[in-house]
Amino acid sequence: MITRKPKGNVRRAMLSDMIFIRAFEDRLAELAAQKDALPGMQILATGQEAVAVGVIGSLNPDDVIISNHRSHGHLLARGADPNTLMAEIMGRATGVNRGKSGTLHLIVPEVNALMTSTVVGAGPPMALGAAFAQQYKEEEAITVVFFGDGAAAEGSVHEAMNLAAIWKLPLLFVCENNCWAGAQSLAEHCAIGVIASRGSAYNMPGELVDGNNPDEVLETATRLAAHCRAGRGPALMEAFTYRLRGHGEHDHQHYVDPEELALWKGKDPLTTYGTKLTEEGLVTLQDIQSMEMEAARRVEEAVAFGQSSPFPKPEEALEHVWVNSPRDRQ
Amino acid sequence: MRELHTGQAIQEALAIAMDQDERVFLAGEGVGTSIHDNPLMPTYGLLDRFGKKRVKDTPVSEAAIAGLAVGASNMGLLPVVEIMFFPFITLASDMLVNHAAKLHYLSGGKSTFPLTVRVKAGLGFQAGCQHSHNLEAWMAHVPGLKIVFPSNPADAKGLLLTSIFDPDPVIVVEEMGLYWASGPTPEGDVRVPLGSANVLKPGGDVTVVAYGTPVYAALQAAGALEEEGISLEVIDLRSLVPLDKETVLESVRRTGRLITVHDANRFCGFGAELAAMVAEEAFHSLKAPVRRVAGLEAPVPMAPVQESFYKPSAEKVMEAVRSIL
Repeated sequence: MITRKPKGNVRRAMLSDMIFIRAFEDRLAELAAQKDALPGMQILATGQEAVAVGVIGSLNPDDVIISNHRSHGHLLARGADPNTLMAEIMGRATGVNRGKSGTLHLIVPEVNALMTSTVVGAGPPMALGAAFAQQYKEEEAITVVFFGDGAAAEGSVHEAMNLAAIWKLPLLFVCENNCWAGAQSLAEHCAIGVIASRGSAYNMPGELVDGNNPDEVLETATRLAAHCRAGRGPALMEAFTYRLRGHGEHDHQHYVDPEELALWKGKDPLTTYGTKLTEEGLVTLQDIQSMEMEAARRVEEAVAFGQSSPFPKPEEALEHVWVNSPRDRQ
Repeated sequence: MRELHTGQAIQEALAIAMDQDERVFLAGEGVGTSIHDNPLMPTYGLLDRFGKKRVKDTPVSEAAIAGLAVGASNMGLLPVVEIMFFPFITLASDMLVNHAAKLHYLSGGKSTFPLTVRVKAGLGFQAGCQHSHNLEAWMAHVPGLKIVFPSNPADAKGLLLTSIFDPDPVIVVEEMGLYWASGPTPEGDVRVPLGSANVLKPGGDVTVVAYGTPVYAALQAAGALEEEGISLEVIDLRSLVPLDKETVLESVRRTGRLITVHDANRFCGFGAELAAMVAEEAFHSLKAPVRRVAGLEAPVPMAPVQESFYKPSAEKVMEAVRSIL
């Protein structure tokens, strides 16, 4: 499948980013298990880090990403500031969205992560608008939208694919197929085995990649992004991966076959990619250890920043409802 | 002042906005090439004038149309999208209710969504309840949205221009019956501010608050009652969000009586909000109970006799007035 291996430094950076994303989310899992350490629910992308780093690695700074409730990996790979991200997840005033969004709808315009929605299937229609604007303004940038296999069952996703293809918009659809929609397995919620094959239904390329292999994700995403950038219309990439920690930290995973889970834990992209790069001589075990230590240090800095930040004032809940608030509603 | 049909006034507003600002584009089902070849329709001729880049016909995909507006507005464009009939807004409602309305808030004020949704609405076509169902109260209930509801060509033009350049998402309700109705319309870029009600007829005995075509039933009732020596003050809200509370409250404090009129059915309709507002803020001025003249508690019926039975009318307004005098 892989025609060209990315350069060594790119691959080392992908490994290091994956380690950082995992450390960030593992710390969230720890905090979520403590009483009152984090508000709301925590939805993690543990096991899906290779998709985030591979896809983001294929993009230019001007490109737009649209994410969903499982967004931490996308945003961190994109270079969002971990401190303000952590503070936001903790509901603090210093959060990237002033404590308004929490973990579920993180919006980081600073890194062109423009819209994030926790409504399953809502990303693609908004991404359609972003890609339309890029085409309208004759920019070279493209839009990437991340959605899951569960979202692939939403009508809005099909509407967006159809219209994006008619208008030949520079839009890369990335379906992170993690094999689960809530407690429903792929076979239970999806009529076909390969979601990428739906590309042909909308007259666009559809490619399936091993979502646990960052090299393969990067290579395919780069090729499909080039297709979108060249004005040839949208493309669909399905990254086949696995949701290791369940839907969220509140998920008991009682419906998951332990053997299946163990099988996928064996394919953990951090371990497999680390081993691969070690075997190829691109990194040493010491390199990996120092990546892990640096990630832990950086995560602790983010946690400390969040925990030392004030909560927003209650009355700030009434700010930013409108840009120009109606005077009768102020 | 020259007269235009409302459809032409809307056309003029769209053309002025598009001439003035390259960021404005139109999208929707048949906004370019329509099944109607009628110069009174609001987007008639705009495809020829502005071309395919800026006048975008879409598939029958309301979620995609609304998503297009959300995404493009966040990227700095000023989308004006059309939902063909008001009940179809339910198909676009996730994009409007959960995204257009909320993403500015969720971003902590960083992102803005200056989009406009034109919605064709109205009763009187015997099209039945899946084409005729005024859902303005649903939309007005959502923090983050603005709702505009003009009743004449000048307001349709001026309010639409303001809406297009407003930094918030605005839903503009266009009653199709008005497309063929004409009235004086100023030339050029004359804007009507949002949140500014229009006192159509001053009066001292009863305040009648309406919006859209029901203002004409109110005016007709006012004319008829004037001969009996009863004086109605008729207020056209023009926008529900923002709401011009001051004009309504000032009037009710003077007249001591409030009647609300709208085509949507009464239960949880916008009239209920007006009644509650008056009860909370002008209770001691009231001399009589508030009355709500509204559509009846059923889906909008198709049969012509039933449809007119359903709708508010001048007679129903007069009846309400007599019941509180």
